Amino acid sequence: MDYDLPEDLVALKNMAAKFAAEEIAPNARDWDREANIPREVVAKLAELGFIGIFISEKYGGAGLGDLGAAVIMEEIARHCGGTALMLDAHNALCCAHFLIAANKEQKAKYLPKLASGEWLGAWALSEPGCGSDVAAMTCAAVQDGDTWVLNGTKQWITNGHYARVFVIMAKTTPEGGPKGISAFIVERDTPGLSTGPKEDKMGMRASDTVEVRLEDVRVPKEDLCGELNHAFVDAMKVLDRGRITIAAMSVGLARGALEEAVAYAKQRVAFGKPIFEQQSIQFMLADMAMEIDAGRLLAQKAALLADAGEPFTYEASIAKVFCSEMATRACLNAIQIHGGNGYTKEVPVERYMRDAKLCEIGEGSSQIQRIIIARHHLEDR
Amino acid sequence: MDFQLSEDHSMLQQQMREFADEVVAPTAEERDQQAKMPPEMIQHCAELGLFGIAIPERYGGAGLDCVASCIVVEEVSRACAGTGVMISAHNSLCVDPIMMFGTEEQKQKYLPKLASGEWLGCLSLTEPGSGSDAGAASCQAVLKDDGWHVNGTKNFVTNGGEAGVMVLIAVTDPDDRKRRLSAFIVETDTPGCTIGKLEKKLGIRCSSTAEFAFEDCVLPKDALLGEQGRGLKVALTTLNGGRIGIAAQALGIAQACLEQSAEYAKTRVQFGRPIAKLQAIQNKIAEIAIGVTAAREMVYFAAWEKDVGRDYIKSGAMAKLFAAEVCSKAANHAVQVFGGYGYCQDYPVERYLRDAKITEIYEGTSEIQRVVIARSLAG
Repeated sequence: MDYDLPEDLVALKNMAAKFAAEEIAPNARDWDREANIPREVVAKLAELGFIGIFISEKYGGAGLGDLGAAVIMEEIARHCGGTALMLDAHNALCCAHFLIAANKEQKAKYLPKLASGEWLGAWALSEPGCGSDVAAMTCAAVQDGDTWVLNGTKQWITNGHYARVFVIMAKTTPEGGPKGISAFIVERDTPGLSTGPKEDKMGMRASDTVEVRLEDVRVPKEDLCGELNHAFVDAMKVLDRGRITIAAMSVGLARGALEEAVAYAKQRVAFGKPIFEQQSIQFMLADMAMEIDAGRLLAQKAALLADAGEPFTYEASIAKVFCSEMATRACLNAIQIHGGNGYTKEVPVERYMRDAKLCEIGEGSSQIQRIIIARHHLEDR
Repeated sequence: MDFQLSEDHSMLQQQMREFADEVVAPTAEERDQQAKMPPEMIQHCAELGLFGIAIPERYGGAGLDCVASCIVVEEVSRACAGTGVMISAHNSLCVDPIMMFGTEEQKQKYLPKLASGEWLGCLSLTEPGSGSDAGAASCQAVLKDDGWHVNGTKNFVTNGGEAGVMVLIAVTDPDDRKRRLSAFIVETDTPGCTIGKLEKKLGIRCSSTAEFAFEDCVLPKDALLGEQGRGLKVALTTLNGGRIGIAAQALGIAQACLEQSAEYAKTRVQFGRPIAKLQAIQNKIAEIAIGVTAAREMVYFAAWEKDVGRDYIKSGAMAKLFAAEVCSKAANHAVQVFGGYGYCQDYPVERYLRDAKITEIYEGTSEIQRVVIARSLAG
């Protein structure tokens, strides 16, 4: 038993915290308002290795595991959920799918560009009519000689505005249900692929989210990613890991809320003393601190299992649902502690709250997580 | 970084689970109804060494750590929370302060008998007029030529009904605000120390909760535990550790709620199928599971912090608060999953609900834990 982060990850944490405080925190409000992260920030994140977190060093990545990713996500999300989400979609969805399913040639071709940040990646699963119910997918890939022809619409595609390469899930066997889905590597400039305007979102605004339209997009058969009709299983593996990073992001957002609320409560005077000395305020802060520590332990537990190659689906679901709901609670309480000030954009906690809400929805809603968790106890295994 | 139990700890967990399932669980309902701890159960626990978990081997104990203590209390509480708290209170409220603050003579005198279970231990801290505000105690110990003369009343003494030895907190310097209290070791058969009523409680009914009256009870001069005037420190340090034990107790109850509800939901058929197929039930099971999983990490993290010699005041308070609230919610969900049957004594979940509530109250209420945690944020 040892609850201390290994030394190299302590160093990573300090590096990420320093970058987030110096380069992200002062600008996050602007990025939220303008709904954009300047591209030079992406380049700087790449220099730190945060764009190629999971990719091995031979392809130019940082070669980190899920625990390392969790460390980075918490520190970045501490100051900007949107920046963390951009990293999450690139690393834990797009790159992770490559690492799980792509063949050697595909890895050699794409991973160096994805690791260096030269190309940002996106991952396309959801559709206007299919979110949690993945098997209801309608986007179709039909074989035509040596190419696949893709038609359909993908929705909620994080990083889609800037991505140079997409991993796109499509039905290859229409009657196959979940066993009829395959993944394709599609470059942005492939004819027939277009993206819609950035969604005008409540939170996570710095991160871009678009619709991806596919009209007779011809994809060479060698760009099939993973085995034919196997993408549902691969996508679920991707999402399992993505849940750990969402959990870690949630912890970061909640920590931001707590730190801002503590600082505010100590300097805000009411009835002749700092409101920090009021028990009602103290108890809200105590609950936030406790739940943040619990959440971090859950995220780390799932990450450790994943890194050890052991089953972690159950633990990742628990971490995701607990941390995301905890983060929204923490942010709402932080706004409450800030009073009227908390309701304005002059302080960051209202942004944290808007960002946190997404964590309850994306990469498997809380409702889906509870089904997964309950199944673990209710189905005979 | 590694959250897994060591091999030794896993073996202990396995051994405790078997003991809990085979010996503790089958008689838990009976103990609850009779509100008594039978000597045979104390004997069983003694034979397994559960009264000397952390006592060094040279005093006859097992010399194990706080993680091990939590494993024992969690597993036993999963079967019977009253038996769980008997073990926890003995070890963390009586043995621990003697180990931490006792002289070598005191350790040699008391630890072997506490380890063997010949003497059960308890802590007399609370009084009718002082609960969370422990510093406001009024039970007095006055030093005279023949020893300390104790007068006053203590109540809510867990294990008081069976205990052979108690750690007593009493006022020795009434006018010294900072050093008002001192700790003593008291043999419960000392003349002038009289056990009063045993509380009739909502839950943990087989665990005794006693009142003690001290009427010119004379303790030898060397009954003082730790320095004179440091009684509050003895009490608070003891409770800091005890909290982790109660957190483990809460965790054990919550785990039982999870297992019982899941099992029942799979077999109870309504509307033509097991209620486990209904999302409303699934959500309750998931809610319990999320809480139990998080609470378990909190408990063992705090125990680990204690074992590696770190300041565990914050993590202990967090573990206790979190696990206690998880436990009450879990028990409430469990009764709901069982419906009318859950409200009756044919199933154990109504006992779990009654037992759960105490974890939010004793060894520092949830409100006190929040004060402790908030203090850690004051910086």
